[in-house]
Amino acid sequence: MTETGYSKKVLEHFMNPKNVGAIENPDGYGKVGNPVCGDLMEMFIKVKDDTITEIKFKTFGCGSAIATSSMVTEMAKGMHVDDALKITRNDVADELDGLPPKKMHCSNLAADALHAAIKDYKAKKTGKK
Amino acid sequence: MERIYLDHASASPVDPRVLEYAEQYLKLRFGNPSTLHSKGLEAKKALEDARGKITELINAESESSIIFTSGATESNNLAIKGAAMRNIQKGKKVAASTIEHISVLNPIKELQKSGWEFNLIPVDSTGLVDTEKMNAILTEDTTVVSIMYANNEIGTIQPISEISRVVHEKSLYLHVDATAAGGRIPVDVQNDGIDLLTLSSNDMYGPQGAGALYVKPGVKLQPILPGGGQERGLRSGTENIFTIAGMGEAARIAKNEMVEESRRLEKMRDKLIEEILRIEESYLTGHPTQRLPHHASFRFSRIEGESILLNLDMGYNIQVSTGSACTSRTLEPSHVLLAIGLKHEEAHGSMIITLGRSNKIDEIPRIAKGVKETVERLRKLSPL
Repeated sequence: MTETGYSKKVLEHFMNPKNVGAIENPDGYGKVGNPVCGDLMEMFIKVKDDTITEIKFKTFGCGSAIATSSMVTEMAKGMHVDDALKITRNDVADELDGLPPKKMHCSNLAADALHAAIKDYKAKKTGKK
Repeated sequence: MERIYLDHASASPVDPRVLEYAEQYLKLRFGNPSTLHSKGLEAKKALEDARGKITELINAESESSIIFTSGATESNNLAIKGAAMRNIQKGKKVAASTIEHISVLNPIKELQKSGWEFNLIPVDSTGLVDTEKMNAILTEDTTVVSIMYANNEIGTIQPISEISRVVHEKSLYLHVDATAAGGRIPVDVQNDGIDLLTLSSNDMYGPQGAGALYVKPGVKLQPILPGGGQERGLRSGTENIFTIAGMGEAARIAKNEMVEESRRLEKMRDKLIEEILRIEESYLTGHPTQRLPHHASFRFSRIEGESILLNLDMGYNIQVSTGSACTSRTLEPSHVLLAIGLKHEEAHGSMIITLGRSNKIDEIPRIAKGVKETVERLRKLSPL
């Protein structure tokens, strides 16, 4: 842990986040949080045969909000959507070697944003049928 | 990459001259000033010398007007609770501005639980106390009014003489928290018309763990820390001679160098403000001219302050502060930024720079570049 209270892994993902950006015409899109609260996340996914082939995010928020967004995209990439739905906030925090207790709500949002994108994908798919 | 430390309001390094002077009181002159033997007298002398130096810094009536404490939080507690409880016959009302430090607001909230009324005095969008509204809020049964000399988050300096006039027309006590202002700008308790004044050691390059409370002759306080009766009975406990001696020496140096140093820092501050405001959608917080010479505070739209702090620290070895919710214990954005009328989402994107003796004007290009690139990087990440 550094003096900021963040693990090395959190700081790595904060400084060099993976999968930043937006996807045009995504198969699934999720948006959670609220700038008033200080956290807002957008998640974009491309899905083929129910597997997440591409995933990108945009996040307004603190260090752990950005790090958890980056981490959740790394975790979900290549995963079956039903498995990705099972990723919890604790899973994300664990992968980052832990988060300060008061920051747990931020990682909650990253998983939530992913889940929202997957649900959007599923709704679209059902709609098409 | 060499460190550029820009968070002197949070903590300042002890000036080497202060350490050189004060360390003898850790190593050799360790006596208890309440004892009569030679070791005690040595310590007593250090204590009284320090009191003299603080007296001079703020032009107090006499040395006996200065009470040493453990820091600004204790001084604020003693001033407010001490004045409110001792003068309860006058009434059970206390007033303070909305931008006071939490160590002023929380003691008042504690008094509220025991039946005191708390009147909040609003400020305008630059952080200046609205003296007309203050006049309307204060009543004869208010005991103590607490207004800070200058704000630590937005740098705004209050018109203390004008505030004092309004407070004293109603015969109330004025407590002024000068933690951020002490040793930085001239503070003259007699000329400004101040009854109680808080000072912090570390904010003027003294060691952490010492503070002072100026108590105007005739102002009555109840001690909040009863015991052996040190410090005229107002603050019991064996005096912490090392930190107090250091605070005294820090006050002496600050007084001697104030004019020159504040001119130097003002120049640097103004250049920094000019450079940073070149960034799109960046705004100065606090007053444009009535501000502390070493203080530059900003907000940037669409990004969040903790990220700014982390990115500048890790990417550029530059340390700043923020009023963002994510760095506070309560996860609420700064009450100061909300009080000057910012929306929550605006207050989240704040950055506070407080310059100090180690900063040099040739650091500005690196700071400006670091801030600009940080803001750009975080905006690229931002969905807003």
